[in-house]
Amino acid sequence: MSTVLPTPATVKTGEPVLQIRNLVVDYGYGDDPTHVLREVSLTLNKGEVLGLAGESGCGMSTLAYAASRLLPPPGIITGGEVLFTRRDGSVVDILKLSDKELRAARWNDIAIVFQGAMNSLNPVYRVSKQLTDVIATHRPALSRRELDDRAAELLELVGISPDRLRSFPHQLSGGMRQRVMIAMALALEPQVLIMDEPTTALDVVMQRQIVEQITDLRERLGFAVIFITHDVSLLIEVADRIAIMYAGEIVESATASEVYRMPRHPYSDGLLGSFPPLHGPRRELGGIPGSPPDLAKPIDGCPYADRCPFAFDRCRVENPALKQTVFADLEPERLVACHLHDLPLAKVPVQLTRRPA
Amino acid sequence: MRFLARRFIFYVITAWAAITINFFIPRAMEGNPVDALLARYQGQVSPDAIRALTVLFGLDKNQSLWDQYVQYWQLLFSGNLGLSFTFFPTPVATVVQQSLPWTLGLVGLSTVISFFVGTLIGTAIGWKRGTWADGLLPVATFFSAVPYFWLGLLAIMLFSLTLKLLPAAQGYDPGLIPNLDFIFIGSVIQHGILPALTIVLSSIAGWMLGMRNMMVTVTSEDYVSVAQAKGLSERRIMFGYAARNAILPQISGFALSLGFIVSGTLVMEMVFSYPGIGFVLYQAVSAKDYPLMQGVFLVITLSVLVANIIADLVYTLLDPRTRQEG
Amino acid sequence: MAIDLTITAPDVTTAAVAGRAARHRFVFLRNGKAITGVAILGFFAIIAIIGQFIAPYDPDTLGPDIMQPPSAAHWLGTTNLGQDILSQLLIGTRGVMIVGFAAGIIATILAIIIGVSAGYAGGVVDEVLSAVSNIFLVIPALPLIIIITGQLPGGGEVVISLVIAVTGWAWGSRILRAQTLSLRKRDFVEASRANGESIFRIIGFEILPNLTAIIVSSFIGTVTFAILSQITLAFIGVTSISEWNWGTILFWAQSNQALARGAWWWFVPAGLCIALLGMSLALINFGIDEFINPRLRSTGQNAKAMRRRGIVARIGFTPVVRKR
Repeated sequence: MSTVLPTPATVKTGEPVLQIRNLVVDYGYGDDPTHVLREVSLTLNKGEVLGLAGESGCGMSTLAYAASRLLPPPGIITGGEVLFTRRDGSVVDILKLSDKELRAARWNDIAIVFQGAMNSLNPVYRVSKQLTDVIATHRPALSRRELDDRAAELLELVGISPDRLRSFPHQLSGGMRQRVMIAMALALEPQVLIMDEPTTALDVVMQRQIVEQITDLRERLGFAVIFITHDVSLLIEVADRIAIMYAGEIVESATASEVYRMPRHPYSDGLLGSFPPLHGPRRELGGIPGSPPDLAKPIDGCPYADRCPFAFDRCRVENPALKQTVFADLEPERLVACHLHDLPLAKVPVQLTRRPA
Repeated sequence: MRFLARRFIFYVITAWAAITINFFIPRAMEGNPVDALLARYQGQVSPDAIRALTVLFGLDKNQSLWDQYVQYWQLLFSGNLGLSFTFFPTPVATVVQQSLPWTLGLVGLSTVISFFVGTLIGTAIGWKRGTWADGLLPVATFFSAVPYFWLGLLAIMLFSLTLKLLPAAQGYDPGLIPNLDFIFIGSVIQHGILPALTIVLSSIAGWMLGMRNMMVTVTSEDYVSVAQAKGLSERRIMFGYAARNAILPQISGFALSLGFIVSGTLVMEMVFSYPGIGFVLYQAVSAKDYPLMQGVFLVITLSVLVANIIADLVYTLLDPRTRQEG
Repeated sequence: MAIDLTITAPDVTTAAVAGRAARHRFVFLRNGKAITGVAILGFFAIIAIIGQFIAPYDPDTLGPDIMQPPSAAHWLGTTNLGQDILSQLLIGTRGVMIVGFAAGIIATILAIIIGVSAGYAGGVVDEVLSAVSNIFLVIPALPLIIIITGQLPGGGEVVISLVIAVTGWAWGSRILRAQTLSLRKRDFVEASRANGESIFRIIGFEILPNLTAIIVSSFIGTVTFAILSQITLAFIGVTSISEWNWGTILFWAQSNQALARGAWWWFVPAGLCIALLGMSLALINFGIDEFINPRLRSTGQNAKAMRRRGIVARIGFTPVVRKR
């Protein structure tokens, strides 16, 4: 099995492994559904860590679950495609897979570490069983012995002693359970790992350890990560690129340091302002007044307009598209959905126009 | 094992409470009906039996309550529950002893069948939620609201009187002598089918609905989503992850509602004149045979307690969290 | 006890939702099941009030038509003594409803007092009260009711209601205790306590309003229990056989071999009425359950739209339906 494991050197970055295109997700089957994702496009490259940030309820988790078709009822995907590039170079649309193909692809291609560290493990099975059942399902040729060895190996990978295999979930601490989940996610050496707020329920020390571990494992095993969190400061440390979501749309995406040092969207700026900076001089914490809009009601114009300190007339009638700014030559990866950047540079608020170094 | 120890203490207390209630009920009533019974059977009741009834029903008003209570316990430990007047002069203990196996066979078996089948169907409709399977819900609701005995009456009308398929009453053909031969056992089965089916039919809906709701609740748990994300087979997720967890509250529900179910099935025996303890209770009520009524209550309660202990043991086996030390 | 935790877990986790939602009172009435239930219940309530006046005959009066199947003169036929069964049914409704609701109210009050104090007080008080309610749950109620009423002189409606209430409060008490326990740890209750508000004020104004849905649900459950018990008692002949209720009708039918004589009209209607009434109560409770626990909410109301769009809602496989 370890022969199929790509060494980090062979991972070419810049090649997309997961491309989400114009994904539309509704809640509700009736005639008047809530549009929770509105034409979201996102690309994840091989081996990179993509951070997905925003306030709770802005659709980050929905995006991840919809892309893997795990969104519970009454979620429904009404448009778009999710293209996954297999190791052999073939590209499949996850949304078009049959149930059988999807089952076979799951965990092999994309593994997920869920939000609730406490409830992700089946309380009535031992850790060993939960680690081996997934391997046995996808690698039916393996013997009992090989399965057990692999399970022990996985636990060691995340720094847990293999005697814990005999434990039941309730006998493990929260941090340990989350490590078990990470070990489980790596069981089939997937190309993509989705981590949905993997550290929220943990204390600060544990958060740090888990984040360091993920960074370390990624370097050793070379998988790509979608890291979902509402804690932007955490992302700065782990992510290569960051996408900021608001009200079911991506409003800005760029490299991590670009987003952090010179946000271009007023929402990104507000979001960064609500966390203390990790380095550099202390500044006053802002926070954003108000809360995200109710998606059950139709939104005219930019969804952020009501909370945006710089909103002008156009923002209330036209929803801005995601596009490059005047700095496109200097930061080709940056996309921003904001009408401000159509204005003459002099009229754009100064905190959104910091020049790339 | 702390969990089991705690449960065991609880059952001891419950048994004590039931026996004590049984002790106080006749003493709290105005006038004493047993006096009247004794007067009617004057001369036919042995002095020993009179003494037992005196202790059981507190006929001797000169004794202190405490002395009565102590004597009552001594009597129970000697297995003496007094004398039945319906089956005069058979002791209550003997009547109960003869009828209990019938009830255990009929009620026990059909309740267990109903629980398993109902839980299985509930698992399926909870899993297939939002499909045609939901159409079973109104039907199940209707059946869960029907009194057991009325369904029994309908079953007799349909299968015994109209279709003449199965016997309507008794536990076996009255022309046979009870022994363990082929004909007798065949007769017992033949007589048991209709009451058993009726008990299953009327109690199954409760298990179905309960399990369905638990399945719906459990399927939105994270570990079920994880199982889906892992690409496990549908069967494995449905049984190993969803149903395996949903059944835990179902079993504690089983333990708690046993008292209720047993009450319903007792009446079923009355409808089918089945020679079990429910029918004995019915005869005791009709004849105002108080010693028999009280004895039957005690035995039913203790049987339910034993069933509860079994359910708890099963629960402990299924839920590792209860096996935790300390 | 571990069992307690697992069985009440779904309620507890959704308590916040229920509490907040309780403020929009009667929102649950938009639920189709609840509406059907309330309508049927309302129908029987009206019969209970006017049954006496619309009954075509005196239920006790013997008539010349003996054991007649349903006809224009006797819509539901007659008994072996020529009594009109429809009239018995109409007049008997009142007894059923009175005992059901009286027992339900008394038992619910008992359940609130015992359950809420156990949950709020905690410690030894909780241990003792919980043990008492568990004891009452485990002891089979019907035999207990039978030996109590069997030894009581005269089994009138009031006495029956009392006995049923005394044996039937435990389930509600158990649920209310679990709910109170989780409410007690909530911020708003902690805050009131820190403000030094009196226990009665906290229970009356902070806790009870948040228990409304659960109380109603346990009340409905107890009414169902009471109605079934009462009818069963009447059917066995433990209670007074001269007061008309649906169980009494079945008692007379059974003791006069209605079955063997093929007089289906004698016992079928009464049973159907019980089933309908029981179903209406069960439906109301489903409505409340779905209101308290949103996970249970049926996707039924969307069934039409789903069929039209070809959606199959499944766990683990989000449907993909492209707009045409």
